[in-house]
Amino acid sequence: MGTPIITAEGLGKRFVLHGQRERYTALRDVIGRKARSLLKGGGPDTVPQAFWALKDLSFTINEGDRVGIVGRNGAGKSTLLKVLSRIIDPTEGRVEIKGRLASLLEVGTGFHPELSGRENIYLNGSILGMSRAEITARFDEIVAFAEVEKFLDTPVKRYSSGMYVRLAFAVAAHLEPEILVVDEVLAVGDAEFQRKCIGKMKEVSSGGRTVLFVSHNMAAVQNLCNSAMYLRHGQLVMQGDTPSVVAEYLRSAETSTRIDLAARDDRQGSGAIRFTGFSLCDGAGNDLAAAMTGSPVVFRFSFTAPTGPLRNLHLAMGIDDIYGQRILHLSNETTGQVFADATGATHIDIRLPRCPLLPGTYGFTLFSTVNGEIADYLFNAGTFHVESGDFFGTGRLPAGDQGSFIAEHSFSIA
Amino acid sequence: MRTTIIIAPGARTKHYWSDLWRYRGLLGFLAWRDVMVRYKQTAIGVLWAVVRPLITLAAMWFIGWLFGSTVPEGVPRVLLVAAATMPWQLFASAFDGAANSMIGNSNLVTKVYFPRMVLPLSTVLVSLIDMAVALVILFVLMLLHAHLPGPEVLLLPVFLALAVLAALGTGLYMAALNVKYRDFRYIVPVIVQFGLYITPVAFSSSDVFANPRVPEAVKFIFACNPMVAVIDGFRFCLFGGDMPIHWPGFLTSLGVSLLLLVLGVRYFRRTEKGFADII
Repeated sequence: MGTPIITAEGLGKRFVLHGQRERYTALRDVIGRKARSLLKGGGPDTVPQAFWALKDLSFTINEGDRVGIVGRNGAGKSTLLKVLSRIIDPTEGRVEIKGRLASLLEVGTGFHPELSGRENIYLNGSILGMSRAEITARFDEIVAFAEVEKFLDTPVKRYSSGMYVRLAFAVAAHLEPEILVVDEVLAVGDAEFQRKCIGKMKEVSSGGRTVLFVSHNMAAVQNLCNSAMYLRHGQLVMQGDTPSVVAEYLRSAETSTRIDLAARDDRQGSGAIRFTGFSLCDGAGNDLAAAMTGSPVVFRFSFTAPTGPLRNLHLAMGIDDIYGQRILHLSNETTGQVFADATGATHIDIRLPRCPLLPGTYGFTLFSTVNGEIADYLFNAGTFHVESGDFFGTGRLPAGDQGSFIAEHSFSIA
Repeated sequence: MRTTIIIAPGARTKHYWSDLWRYRGLLGFLAWRDVMVRYKQTAIGVLWAVVRPLITLAAMWFIGWLFGSTVPEGVPRVLLVAAATMPWQLFASAFDGAANSMIGNSNLVTKVYFPRMVLPLSTVLVSLIDMAVALVILFVLMLLHAHLPGPEVLLLPVFLALAVLAALGTGLYMAALNVKYRDFRYIVPVIVQFGLYITPVAFSSSDVFANPRVPEAVKFIFACNPMVAVIDGFRFCLFGGDMPIHWPGFLTSLGVSLLLLVLGVRYFRRTEKGFADII
């Protein structure tokens, strides 16, 4: 610990956007542009737009660190990995890497569908930087991990997608570089296999190797990484221990969930109360981008009362899954907390000490009565996201197709 | 000892050739992949490696015969044409393969690091394997005609290497241009097709160099074709004194070939860092 293995100083990567549909240039266009600018006698008529995917990025990663890289889509995570992997050249700055770095930016890079499993293991291994001797030495391990013994001589185009992914990950998992760079590859494969992958990655990193891991799966990041980096618009926002970086990421303003309800005109009710906004907060009242399974979450509804005092305010929030199926009903009538007098209040919080929803997107409907009369009813008021979190402290959650909820429970035998 | 890698704009060029050497294993695997995949799901499989050069040979032989290109005493026309068809095929397939190697493997270029030159080099390796088959055909034909080469045949590897360098220089140029301008995907087949007719395959270089009807300027342009030196060399190796080398033409061709190689390598190296950005 403590020895820097990757040092980046002022790293920047600029992409030039040509503002055209095609990524590559057609010679015709170049000739056309040149001809036009000759006729006009001026410079080129379209100035290509530049955009910095990474800017002024400086950081140090120590030997043996397992670093999670988080950020929204387009924050520069993949660009950073590609620069570190030497796939693309930085525009400015400098990185020093001590040791062999292998990157796994995609599962099964270079797999050829016509070749057999055996042949693809060798091909893929060599593409990832293994020598023939290294592959041969680990061949049996790879095959066992991928569970494809029976199909070794079958062309991989006949594999099921699950087998294909298993085989591809197995090859990559048996790389033994000093630094392993992994991009969102765990998003593929079934839950069982993802667990196996995380286990394998833990094993890899416990051997003292340095791992850089990009993921949108906060549970995987928290479970696997001992530190994290948060990127926004190509810049480093925060680097530190995983829980605080993940918390910062989820509460950051750029990502926070805030829904403006004031303009909605499809509401019903007397109008004694009008809901004007919805936001997600953490236990301390900070805005959140998404709730996290197992962590405190507050659904905050702001409102106005245009017609005066609010007596006997009752609020119900119905939560639906993505199929529109009602899965949860939160109401202050059932909890026995109807507000006798809510005059002067500006928002209502519904507090869940440990969010029981599994990762996904949920919709909600609002219903409220004042003095027994329907006051504001907003059907399908909005949606919010739940990110995966470490509910049980095991890094594991049920698979996505195994219901919508999680409950505290334990097992025993007698 | 740990290797330290410095990544900075333009820093990669330092250990370019040793880096390339380290990746020779990958080069072999990629060539092996192309060979393995080539004849999958074909009915006659590897026989294609025999059939393809024979078809070109037949067509070129017919054209040479029809237009009455000169054939030295005692050399069967079919052997003369075969001695040019085989290296031409090597050039054409290596050139075409190298030119398309980047965009054909764009999934690798954008996902994995390796010296980009590994890709065109591996396609050249594949062409050399085809060439081995073609050489066998050539020597079988010579046996059938009871026409065995003299000691000059020992120089053949030199001209094989020259054919490879000619293909590599132009192929690297095309590969790099192809990444940026996809137009070159359509230009490459045209060059190969056109090249077959202006290269002395169906005829001999002497039909041009010793022809009083051909102006000097045209002779010079003809000699600028890198394959002229290769094919003249091949014919010299196989038929010795019957096919003497026309030195001014040979040296011009050789010079152009080496110049293209230097330019091709330089252009490729200058642009390869941006390949993953635009491919």
